[in-house]
Amino acid sequence: MTAPILRIENISKRYGKKDVLKGASFDVLKGDLKILIGPSGAGKSTLLQCINFLVKPDEGRIWLDEQEVHYAHKRDLCAYRQKVGMIFQDFNLFDHLTALENVRIGMVRVKGMGKAEAGERAVMELERVGLREHMQKYPAQLSGGQKQRVSIARALAMDPKVMLLDEPTSALDPELIGEVHAVIRDLGNNGMTMIMATHQIGFASSLASEIVFMEDGRILERGTPDKIFNHAENARTREFCSKITELYGERG
Amino acid sequence: MTEGWLYIQAEVYPALLKGFWVSLQLIAPSALCGLVIGVMVGVLRVYGNRPVMAAANAFVAIFRGIPLVVQLFIWYFGLPHIGIYLSPFVASILGFSLCSGAYHSEYIRGALLSIKRGQMLAAQSLGFSKIRMISSIILPQAIRRALPGCGNEIIYLIKYSSLAYMITCIELTGQGKILASNSFRYTEVFLMIGACYLVMTSVATIILGRVEEHLRIPGFERQRT
Amino acid sequence: MERKPGPVGGASLFSMKDREYGDTMPQKCPHIPHVFKVIERMPESLIAIMDALPYLLQGSMVTLVVVVGAMGLGFALGAPLAAGQVYGHPALRRFIAVYVWFFRGIPLLVFLFLFYFGLCTAFDINLSAFAVAIIVLGLISSAYQSQIFRGAILSLPEGQFKAARALGMSDFKAISFIILPQALRLSIPGWSNEYSILLKDSAVTYALGVAEIMARAHFVATRTYQHLPLYFAAGVIFLVLTWVGTKGLRLLEERARIPGYSPKGL
Ligand SMILES: Nc1ncnc2c1ncn2[C@@H]1O[C@H](COP(=O)(O)OP(=O)(O)OP(=O)(O)O)[C@@H](O)[C@H]1O
Ligand SMILES: [Mg+2]
Repeated sequence: MTAPILRIENISKRYGKKDVLKGASFDVLKGDLKILIGPSGAGKSTLLQCINFLVKPDEGRIWLDEQEVHYAHKRDLCAYRQKVGMIFQDFNLFDHLTALENVRIGMVRVKGMGKAEAGERAVMELERVGLREHMQKYPAQLSGGQKQRVSIARALAMDPKVMLLDEPTSALDPELIGEVHAVIRDLGNNGMTMIMATHQIGFASSLASEIVFMEDGRILERGTPDKIFNHAENARTREFCSKITELYGERG
Repeated sequence: MTEGWLYIQAEVYPALLKGFWVSLQLIAPSALCGLVIGVMVGVLRVYGNRPVMAAANAFVAIFRGIPLVVQLFIWYFGLPHIGIYLSPFVASILGFSLCSGAYHSEYIRGALLSIKRGQMLAAQSLGFSKIRMISSIILPQAIRRALPGCGNEIIYLIKYSSLAYMITCIELTGQGKILASNSFRYTEVFLMIGACYLVMTSVATIILGRVEEHLRIPGFERQRT
Repeated sequence: MERKPGPVGGASLFSMKDREYGDTMPQKCPHIPHVFKVIERMPESLIAIMDALPYLLQGSMVTLVVVVGAMGLGFALGAPLAAGQVYGHPALRRFIAVYVWFFRGIPLLVFLFLFYFGLCTAFDINLSAFAVAIIVLGLISSAYQSQIFRGAILSLPEGQFKAARALGMSDFKAISFIILPQALRLSIPGWSNEYSILLKDSAVTYALGVAEIMARAHFVATRTYQHLPLYFAAGVIFLVLTWVGTKGLRLLEERARIPGYSPKGL
């Protein structure tokens, strides 16, 4: 067995009196695509944001490449975040920058690369997500699918070891979902390690190396797509899967 | 130390009290007249016919565009040119009222425009006349929306009342200047004057907040969108 | 009657300390019906305005320097204050709130007197009225500008900050490269308002003897007894300056505009 690239242990978070995460743990191997599913409010977004410390967990430890992350140290935290890419449900492109500048700014301002070099790399990443000809456009001039692909390019430009994707397609019109899925599928085929929350179980079951079912801040069940969707042990898992299959169509 | 106290008791306190009183006499009527002018001009700018609207807009552009000091000088030093003589006190109140009225009208106008058309249609369908509709349906809503802006304007008025001193109306700032020139204690005296104004503006802010709270209607958003 | 005004001996472009203001009483004229008086005095009024115009326009340069200087100072202080008030330590936030309350709660005239006659003398600082005018207007403006920026920052969606952090930016970098550039664009309408307020407030610095438009108009008026026409001319110059400045800022807004990006909530 190889050592996990990312290891999460007992992450807990509470807002006021409400326990949003009640000790979530898992390992992610290199090249894994882990899919988080679960009803709304289960804590998927919170878990992903905790992994990146955009939300500070109350308890729990995280190791990247067997190095524990000390997020109280500002410098360690920034270095760690460079290695963990994050894709948001609502894109969060920087509205005052063009697509190209959006992809470039992290390399220039965080990694300290030169503008020209970073620019070349940015063009390459945009090409990879198929947006070379749109690179001079501002976010408001792009469609939702294009925005999400720019945000993927922006994360990729930082050479992340792991990518966190929080429902990357749920804010998109159905006909735009495909183009984003194609990019993600491509990433997976190239060996990118990813953790993704989604309701698109057709996509999930065709690609995932493991499905994690969450409810009420806990991981209830996990396993291969086949196990979760066809032979789930937990009654809640079966119930959720049948409901979501109805909603989001056939699994592929 | 005791000398300082004596000075404050014997000279500063009575002078500031007198100045404070004059300031209040300037501010209160100006605020009231300003609001009345503001509401009238604001209504005319939205519901008036063409020429009336144009005249109201010109009034606002002029009185908002020219510095208040210049306006005060026109009323006090300029009008004698055509044979009209105003006392410093009256000239100040006139200047403050017109100027703050022009500013109030901006907020009133914005608030009036933000009232949904449905309100008017409903009023008309009940048979309201135009004037009745404006006064009993539109204005009560608009004034609530305009209140934060108008309140701000009143705070400005409190501060700008100090300009009356420049046309020789001796109010709080004027008393301070006289005191300071006599005793050469500029820093202390003007800090005290500043504190008086801070108290006035803070108290006014609190009162206006209360009024706003009091007039609030559940679910009726206060911000214009 | 002496009609050529021009600066009297010793007075520079920026100050006119040679006179005390406020000592002039309105000039009495024989009583004629008002309307006729305006018409009757029209020719001499026009001549007075034409004569004084170059002198007043020089004053408008002084006014503009004061306004631009104050706006610059207010910006330099206001932007960090706003960032501090939104993102700073609670103690810093409270301090900034007090700063804003202080500078917004006291009249300009009182500040001018306090700094010029009070503090400058007490601490033996030798500053010209002109410099004091810029500093005082700038300090007051910094309080107002900080609130403009603060509103703009708060109106940005929270995701912008999150995305910057997710890229590994420190908070300082995220604020300077992501938040402020957007907030500043959203602040331009507020600035345009601030410009016209500063422009009008700059007329108050006449109380210290700064030789701006108002001071010059009054100076000429007391010598030619043409008060009304000269103040009228000063008012028109202010109107023009307001108009030109607002227009200029609108052009800036147009140029800084990001396609399809509309400011919300401001
Ligand atoms: N900042 C916050 N303050 C208080 N409660 C919060 C906050 N953020 C999230 N929560 C609560 O935490 C719970 C989990 O939220 P989370 O967004 O992680 O769910 P989710 O699984 O991502 O749901 P969805 O599928 O709707 O995105 C919810 O009940 C939510 O109300
Ligand atoms: Mg979520």
